Amino acid sequence: MKKSGLITLAMVSALSMGSAFAQQTIKIATLTPLSGGQSDLGTQIQNGARLAVNEYKARFAKLGFNLQLVGYDDQADPATGTANARKIAADRSILAVVGTLNSGVAIPASQALAPSRVAMISPANTANSVTDRGLKNMNRIVARDDAQGPAGAQFIINTLKAKKVYVLDDKTAYGEGLASEVDKALKAKGIQVVGREGTEEKSDFSAIISKIQLLKPDAIYFGGIYNQVGVFAKQLREKGVNAPLIGGDGYDSSELLTIAGEGAKGIYFTTVAAPIEALPAAKTFSANYQKTFKKPAQGFGAFGYDAAKVALQGILDAIKTNKNKMPSRAQVETAIRKVKATGLLSGNVEFNSVGDRKAAKMYIMSVGDNLKFKLAETIDVKAPRQ
Amino acid sequence: MDVQALLSFLVGVVVSGLVLGFVYAIIALGYTMVYGVLQLINFAHSEVFITGAVVGFEVFRVLATAPINGYLKLIIALLSAMIISGLLNVLIERLAYRPLRNAPRLVPLITAIGVSLILQDLLRILEGFQGRFDLTYTLPQGFSNTFCGSTSSCAAFGSFLSGIGVQLQIKEVILVVVAVLMLALLNYIVNYTRMGRAIRAVAQDRVTAGLMGIDSNRMISLTFLIGGALGGVSGVLFGLKFGTINAYSGFDPGIVAFTAAVLGGIGSIPGAVLGGLVLGVIQNLIGVTNILGSLLGIANLQSIDASYQRIGAFILLVVILIVKPTGLLGRSNTEKV
Repeated sequence: MKKSGLITLAMVSALSMGSAFAQQTIKIATLTPLSGGQSDLGTQIQNGARLAVNEYKARFAKLGFNLQLVGYDDQADPATGTANARKIAADRSILAVVGTLNSGVAIPASQALAPSRVAMISPANTANSVTDRGLKNMNRIVARDDAQGPAGAQFIINTLKAKKVYVLDDKTAYGEGLASEVDKALKAKGIQVVGREGTEEKSDFSAIISKIQLLKPDAIYFGGIYNQVGVFAKQLREKGVNAPLIGGDGYDSSELLTIAGEGAKGIYFTTVAAPIEALPAAKTFSANYQKTFKKPAQGFGAFGYDAAKVALQGILDAIKTNKNKMPSRAQVETAIRKVKATGLLSGNVEFNSVGDRKAAKMYIMSVGDNLKFKLAETIDVKAPRQ
Repeated sequence: MDVQALLSFLVGVVVSGLVLGFVYAIIALGYTMVYGVLQLINFAHSEVFITGAVVGFEVFRVLATAPINGYLKLIIALLSAMIISGLLNVLIERLAYRPLRNAPRLVPLITAIGVSLILQDLLRILEGFQGRFDLTYTLPQGFSNTFCGSTSSCAAFGSFLSGIGVQLQIKEVILVVVAVLMLALLNYIVNYTRMGRAIRAVAQDRVTAGLMGIDSNRMISLTFLIGGALGGVSGVLFGLKFGTINAYSGFDPGIVAFTAAVLGGIGSIPGAVLGGLVLGVIQNLIGVTNILGSLLGIANLQSIDASYQRIGAFILLVVILIVKPTGLLGRSNTEKV
């Protein structure tokens, strides 16, 4: 036994010595859904990351490294994602991961990658616990769920200039949490919350609408999901109430427009997923994307590109601190947390101590007169910890 | 807040409660008729009702661009829903209840719950195949307009209505008119026709009615046909009022309507109507209790908001049943024997 171990050791060291003279390979991986219902979004992220890798290839080659991108499929499924994270951990040439799309996958996958110190940069996950667990390897470049409430409140105060607001929720953890955040933020700014209630009702909102008619709020906040809010909006407008209706990313579905019909006018919602037109720097990126993949780029493509650029910047920093030699995964992990990336499509990226983007952006979408979503405003949000 | 504004607010709340109550009332009739004849709680009625709503959705969807009058579309929708829901109810009785007619009472009750679950998922599959889940009614133009708006010939009446705090949409007026017509028709059939007399005879004593030459199976089928047709109409009215339904949205109004039937005295037709209207109004009043509390300065009421609507209805039911166990208009069972 001991002998064979020694032989293996000798062989491994011989191999690594051999590769020291040839060009070394550095890989970054993407972990996104490439099959199943969400594969379209996952492929966007992968494609965006590929454009970033293509851009950085020459700079890595100059330092003597061969840069590659490998795509892993998580099928939007936590178990598959975790299994693939273990495969990533086993491939020593992978130094960072761009992913995932779903918070539910990111949480176990980052846990699986943590012992082998593979850094992860998420282009899409919003759940607070993605970074609240304080893992050293988990970072994200989008705003967190708990930024939505304050951003919604800020929009109500600054843009809608409302003085009286009616706050509703759907009595779920999501809706109630969001509505309480808004309630708190509004009251802190001295805005009058004239009504605050929860309802599980799915079809009959007549009592609530009567109250709204009586109290005449300047704006209504409803923390809920599109299928309930759509019905509410329809009945609200039919009763002649035209006050703006605001909510969170639970509204982000074209079904909202189908259900509410004409009643969708005057609806606003906060989301981290910017449409590509909302990113001022994305023109060249869009053109490149179209040329390379023969498909139009969308928001997630841009965030995949940005996340990959942050990863590559981190790896370059690690190479520098390691005197232009192949850095270890731990060095990359530390370098990414300390990265200062500028001029990305979504602005500058810096992480706080747990991996949240210090200054992220929240996008406010609105429903226009043509009953389509359009960008109304961009709001800067700070990470809860600096 | 002045007294006038408060009053018109209250009137508005009561009126919208009454409109809602009419929907409950005709769903409740479906429960009460079957119970009156078979002493069976037909829990599948909420699905018969939502089947009517789905049929209504399909009719409005298919006819959306057809160049015909909106009211004609509504009549087609109502008739199709009546026919399909009625036949469905007859089929349910034939397959699920008749073979169990002599079984202990609990058995058909459980079957009814089973039928209800099966129908829910059947509807889900049927619409799911076409990629739909939440079904949104495409109503003819103008149905959602305010009744007697400023431009119409009845502007004076319209301004009187809005003056006292009543804001009705055309579709709500349609709803009440259709519901009242259905109630009148049912009342006529049950009380003034041979068929109605036969149904009442079966309800009173099936065996003796049989000896008098009444085919009780036929009369029971007929009862289910009428009950189902009422369910179909109420389904369309529900869709008309609220706009969006899905395969599972029958449960909620079904339970409230069942409560209404018990509240009014199950087995009694006027009782079902009264129960429905009372529940509709009570629900809406409980929904605005918090505002009334703050307007009247009663702090204890301020935490009772719209989420207590249902509970309030059930507390009322319990109270009524303690005070008068047969329900508001129910007669005690001994009279029947």
